[in-house]
Amino acid sequence: MSENIINVTNLAKCYPIVHKDEWVAGLRHSVENIIRNPLRSLLQSREQKELFWALKDVSFSVQAGEVIGVIGRNGAGKSTLLKILSRITEPTRGRVELNGRVASLLEVATGFHGDLSGRENIFLNGAILGMTKAEITRKFDEIVAFSEVGKFLDTPVKRYSSGMYMRLAFAVAAHLEPEILIVDEVLAVGDAAFQKKCLGKMQEVSRSHGRTVLFVSHNMSAVQQLTTRSIMLEKGTVKFFGSTEQAVEIYSSTAGAEAATFFDVDQVPRKLKMSGAIRLVHFRFDRVTPYFEAGEDFSFCAKVRALEDMPQFRVSLTISTIEGTAVGACFGPERAGLKRGEETEVKITLKNPRLAPGRYSCDVAVGRGSHRTTLTDFDAVSDTLQFEVLPEEGEAGTVAAWHRNWGSVAFTDLAY
Amino acid sequence: MSHKLVLEAGRTERQYWRDLWRYRELFYFLAWRDFMVRYKQTLVGVAWSLIRPVLTMAVLALYMMLTKQPTGGVPVPLFVFAAMLPWQFFSTAMSESGTSLINNSNLISKVYFPRLVMPVSAVIVTLADFLISGVFMALLMVVFRFVPPVHIFFLPLFILMVFAAAVGTGLWMAALMVKYRDVRFILQFIVQFGLYASPVILPPGKVPQWSHGLPMQALYSLNPAVGIIDGFRWCLLGGDNVIYWPGFSVSVAVVVLVGFTGIWYFRKTERTFADNI
Repeated sequence: MSENIINVTNLAKCYPIVHKDEWVAGLRHSVENIIRNPLRSLLQSREQKELFWALKDVSFSVQAGEVIGVIGRNGAGKSTLLKILSRITEPTRGRVELNGRVASLLEVATGFHGDLSGRENIFLNGAILGMTKAEITRKFDEIVAFSEVGKFLDTPVKRYSSGMYMRLAFAVAAHLEPEILIVDEVLAVGDAAFQKKCLGKMQEVSRSHGRTVLFVSHNMSAVQQLTTRSIMLEKGTVKFFGSTEQAVEIYSSTAGAEAATFFDVDQVPRKLKMSGAIRLVHFRFDRVTPYFEAGEDFSFCAKVRALEDMPQFRVSLTISTIEGTAVGACFGPERAGLKRGEETEVKITLKNPRLAPGRYSCDVAVGRGSHRTTLTDFDAVSDTLQFEVLPEEGEAGTVAAWHRNWGSVAFTDLAY
Repeated sequence: MSHKLVLEAGRTERQYWRDLWRYRELFYFLAWRDFMVRYKQTLVGVAWSLIRPVLTMAVLALYMMLTKQPTGGVPVPLFVFAAMLPWQFFSTAMSESGTSLINNSNLISKVYFPRLVMPVSAVIVTLADFLISGVFMALLMVVFRFVPPVHIFFLPLFILMVFAAAVGTGLWMAALMVKYRDVRFILQFIVQFGLYASPVILPPGKVPQWSHGLPMQALYSLNPAVGIIDGFRWCLLGGDNVIYWPGFSVSVAVVVLVGFTGIWYFRKTERTFADNI
């Protein structure tokens, strides 16, 4: 019988919610407290604060050699769980038993220094991740080969392309030899070939070396490919722990209730300063969830307000993957305008965009003209309108896999 | 393979010191990184670590000569530089290690390692500058044909003392600064003010041992830089530069106190660094 390599019992983590003026007060606040009421501030160091439980009563155990997916919406507690397991922060309550060395690939490039060469950074990052100099020297050639940056080994990494940079970072981290490896969305970087290599490396690590991997991702198809069992977190608790198939199903179905379908953007600060002659007020999906079936039309409503007389305007959008890679853009035709102060809601429909299953973000802009004429934008909102394209149903009622390496467009109608 | 590890709230990890030992090479790597990076894209490079103390020394020495301050029979540049040596090390090391955590906040919030490594390796980097200045001190002695007294063999003890003082205050500053960025400004103030509050340009015997019924020299020695600078002068210059032992023991006591409380406070707050930074 194999022993559990990770045992988590009743784990909880809470953060005090710090209010803005409290930060401003800084040291003064504490000093004041001590002076005003020395006895009390010594006896009870904190006045009552609002608390936020990022994790509540989380328990699970993992056996050696398993690859476990960790899924959940933003804010479900995934990152907090990983931070506790990798000892970056301490639990508020509960207990974790780890029967092995843990290495986490949470943002692998953090140890890098731009001014140092690739060679120097391998040693530096290795040491920060807990390798000894001897270990790094022994694996040096392997790391270089894996990262494919051989020629630029003596160039400062600030001159690297972002792909090279991430490849080198992942290469160092992948050659740690921990019994437990925690991977958090690192696969979002690098080109398709390198992503494949990373996935391969992770599979190799778990299969041939019997290591345990915790794989955290928003990408359901990657989770399905790599893992057989998954933990699904929701609002800081374990909602489900079992087969990945079921977990993904639950993830896709339950998320609807809390996933936003209305986005008030009137007061949201804009990234780009524009005239704002027409302003975007809100977006909404005219359905209960922001989920679209594969092959379905994508549509939403946008409310706009004219701050000046506007004879004509058009809406344009850019759809990107949740990791930020643009998939495509579209300029709508110009339509009848608005008088100053008028508001209207426009329904925007994109006929079968052929998006592959996955999460996307839609940037919206209002303006005049298009890429074929002169182009003026009055207002643009990015990273707000998010939606997900659900996987198709495969044969025998299972969820059809879509490899991330295949890209974000699902072409149809292939002819021979 | 027994790497069993238990994480629980409030548990001072028993394996902390073992971990620190396991990460011992990180002291070196971080210090090496900071040293390599510091003079990247500069024209004169490592010479900067000499230019600053030498120019400061020149100005202070000029001042002492113009106001005809006694130096106990030692050439003025030597007198000033013997004090600049530890003071420069102490002030730079303290500010570098004090700001080390917030300057590396990305590492603190993303990777685990014993946090103690960070401020201590910042002090180690400064030690490199100290060695360079030390060579310059030797050169000055050759130029002025000055033969140091035999006490020079005690110098390592005083280097240890200034190192401990820098680590102790650095740990306090670093741990406090995670939560209160105000400390950054206090630090600047200490560094500026400290040059005058320490006997860098104060002739020997200027502060009386007793005055107004108070042990002035001992009180003055509450500033640990007083004992350290006196010690350096005694080792390097000798002559009238003697150590006033009661005052010196006060300085030593302060260094020890600051050192141990620094480690204690750092360890106490370390667990919440990632949450607060």
